[in-house]
Amino acid sequence: MGSTAASDIDTPVSLITGASRGIGAAVALRLAASGHHLLLTARNELGLTVIAEQCRQAGAASATVLPCDLTDQAAVLQVFNQIKQQHQRLDHLINAAGMMQDSMLGMTRLADLQALFSLNVAASYQCCQLAARLMSRQKSGNIVNLASKVGESGAIGQSAYAASKAAVSGLTKALAKELGALGIRVNAVAPGFIETDLTAHYSALKKQQLCQQISLGRTGQADEVAALVQFLCSNDAKYISGQIIAIDGGFSL
Amino acid sequence: MTAANHTDLQISNTGRLKHAFATALAIDVARISDDLAYNSIAEWDSTAHMLLIAELENCFNLMLDTDDIIDMSSVQMAKTILSKHGVVFEHITTDHAGSD
Repeated sequence: MGSTAASDIDTPVSLITGASRGIGAAVALRLAASGHHLLLTARNELGLTVIAEQCRQAGAASATVLPCDLTDQAAVLQVFNQIKQQHQRLDHLINAAGMMQDSMLGMTRLADLQALFSLNVAASYQCCQLAARLMSRQKSGNIVNLASKVGESGAIGQSAYAASKAAVSGLTKALAKELGALGIRVNAVAPGFIETDLTAHYSALKKQQLCQQISLGRTGQADEVAALVQFLCSNDAKYISGQIIAIDGGFSL
Repeated sequence: MTAANHTDLQISNTGRLKHAFATALAIDVARISDDLAYNSIAEWDSTAHMLLIAELENCFNLMLDTDDIIDMSSVQMAKTILSKHGVVFEHITTDHAGSD
């Protein structure tokens, strides 16, 4: 467990799932630079510990490591219980945890589809549910989900992943309508091809082919997505809700 | 704990419950009775219900599960559900438990 500091009312408290690597880790570092109290969760405790230390050095008010399998409902409940005890509030939830499935329709096991939905959709849903309960009392809050360009427009060999990310987009829009009355904003970012562990297995040839479809002619970096999330967590974004914001270098054009 | 203390605690919890309802629903505390039910007044709609849950969780320092939230259809049911979590009220009845 990482070190903590008592919350003060002016310092935002932010929970980031999937914070041990990729976009989640990049978001953690961005929000650390903004001085947030950070609550970092993922399965990989060692990875979280390393990121938490980097966050402290980057200026986080505090960085607490909360190792958790997000598909374990009781464990997720325990995480939120700890947040309630430690900070009594939550200002930002970043649902960055997710997994990818690259397989054609006929070669996708239903068990794989269910595992994908369990993490990408159900776990995000439960986190939104519990976060909204913490946020509703303060009548303010901000939820950012990780959707995908694939969820918006589909991709060959990614039907399961696309379905799960489309579900995230639908969830985002519905919650923006439902939670707006409680002062809670809900948005999603929809990355295109971002260089992370999830895309590390792509061959150089496949990356080259993808880049030919991207207006900017290159893949994206996790920090570029994190910068957008950081903006959505700022007061400058206080009138933005219900949006699925593409960050894909023009891939979706 | 003495009988007097026990009574004080019960009254206190009932008062805290009523205050939580009045705050979440933005109504006068005098309107809070055991019979008050979800959707029976305009102020207790689905949005206010979520505020109510947050208020009760904060007031009694606990976290309710989803089934509890769905079942909390009246003040009486709120007492019944909170009593499962160790909150003591006077005149607890469980007649409504498990009802629709």
